[in-house]
Amino acid sequence: MPATGGAAGARAGIGFDLDRAWQLHPQVSVRPERFGALLYHFGTRRLSFLKSPALLTVVRSLADAPSARAACEAAGVTEAELPPYAAALRTLAASQMIRAREDQ
Amino acid sequence: MTLPLVEQFQYGLDAPICLTWELTYACNLSCVHCLSSSGRRDPRELTTGQCRAVIDELDRMQVFYVNIGGGEPTVRPDFWDLVDYATAHHVGVKFSTNGVKITPETARRLAASDYVDVQVSLDGATAEVNDAVRGPGSHATALRAMANLAAAGFRGFKISVVVTRHNAGQLDEFKAIADRFGAQLRLTRLRPSGRGAGVWDELHPTAAQQRQLYDWLVARGEQVLTGDSFFHLAAYGEALPGLNLCGAGRVVCLIDPVGDVYACPFAIHDSFLAGNVRGPGGFAAVWRDSELFARLRRPQAGGTCRACSAYDSCRGGCMAAKFFTGLPLDGPDPECVKGHGQRALSAAAGAPWPRPFGDHSHRSRPVPVSIGRRRPPDRACDENPLAGFTNKKQPPKEHAAWRDE
Amino acid sequence: MSERVATADITEADQAAEPEPAEADLLVEEVSIDGMCGVY
Repeated sequence: MPATGGAAGARAGIGFDLDRAWQLHPQVSVRPERFGALLYHFGTRRLSFLKSPALLTVVRSLADAPSARAACEAAGVTEAELPPYAAALRTLAASQMIRAREDQ
Repeated sequence: MTLPLVEQFQYGLDAPICLTWELTYACNLSCVHCLSSSGRRDPRELTTGQCRAVIDELDRMQVFYVNIGGGEPTVRPDFWDLVDYATAHHVGVKFSTNGVKITPETARRLAASDYVDVQVSLDGATAEVNDAVRGPGSHATALRAMANLAAAGFRGFKISVVVTRHNAGQLDEFKAIADRFGAQLRLTRLRPSGRGAGVWDELHPTAAQQRQLYDWLVARGEQVLTGDSFFHLAAYGEALPGLNLCGAGRVVCLIDPVGDVYACPFAIHDSFLAGNVRGPGGFAAVWRDSELFARLRRPQAGGTCRACSAYDSCRGGCMAAKFFTGLPLDGPDPECVKGHGQRALSAAAGAPWPRPFGDHSHRSRPVPVSIGRRRPPDRACDENPLAGFTNKKQPPKEHAAWRDE
Repeated sequence: MSERVATADITEADQAAEPEPAEADLLVEEVSIDGMCGVY
């Protein structure tokens, strides 16, 4: 059973399941900035700095995309560029900024 | 390749991430080190309507949360309404209090709200140490508030301590108090701001205590909060959790009770005044267009600190600490861990420190004459109501300034 | 199912072949809301 299946990539160091459907946590406020964006989780009181406008596009489109991989592709992220985006999404999942969608 | 955050901020954010809002200069206490020299209400305080207008702006600007303080913010009759208004308008609230109005009833109300956090001030694990700084009965008031919050089921409220020479040996006891009430401990730095200027020499931790504090904090990681107030200690080695940079005018600022906007609450002085929220463009215009903030957001010259191997870690330390001890802003922090600040202070001994600005202290003693003098040592006309008293002596009992409302 | 396994394998293989992004390349930095100096 792949390690990324059950926990949907929420555990650090395991990897991130790009092929699952994800969404922003409903308690997260997104504020676009010149360098990318600020994300604030009203429940955990944690702040995330997204240091890439493309990553902001990915995060915002997660809820409407069939998978994180599709969201990255739609945002113009190439296959070669995927690893840092996967790492970023893994960090966001670990801090509950994003969570897996249950609609699959 | 993305820039480190520190360099991202030089281009300015469209809004602060969070900010401090001092709602009133009125206070039932007269803490000796009060950064805002609070005590008496200022007649020009923002009205309820003006406060709501500020909250509307913070909502539009998507300021995530506001730390409401003072003075003692809960003494404003509209305090609870304003907190509700803020949380109803997508602005999270944490308020700092000495606990005077945290009754079982208000504690229950607070425990029921998801978007309000409470921070109770405490500067001594024992009444002896605490009350020497905050006044007789203040320790009891704070602990009663904590008990009420805990009993109401409010988990994770903050207990905020200003670290001084006299409480630096009580860190474990502070942690025990926090654990007892299910609260989170927060240790913050004493700055020579407001009334703090007059007691800084005798109250700021020694170099040895500063090192012990650093080691204690590193060992506890994110368990103990610091408000990023010890970023100058990053020069010791491993940085403490936080952004580790001066946020003044870049990611945070202060709105004071009369609507003046300062770079940070530790820098209440004409030199750090950016504007007023009652101007034509409101708070947003001040944040975006003030000349002071534009200057702060430009890359700072390292000055004499540039040559130091630790500069990248400490970034020259706290602007307010340097300013109020009369040190140049492009030089070392007065508490520079390498001792450069201490040497600079000694070299400048006798030179005048900036005069306190906007003193709202209770008028229980004569207003001091402060032309060109260096502060401290304390003397009869010192503005500090506890001048001459250490934690070993008893302060006067029925002092008007310390009567609870 | 096997497709999912293959995907996971590729991800893990990628991670083995390419080192974790250097800190300067991290696209996300996190901090507690208390982690900003100038707020009391």
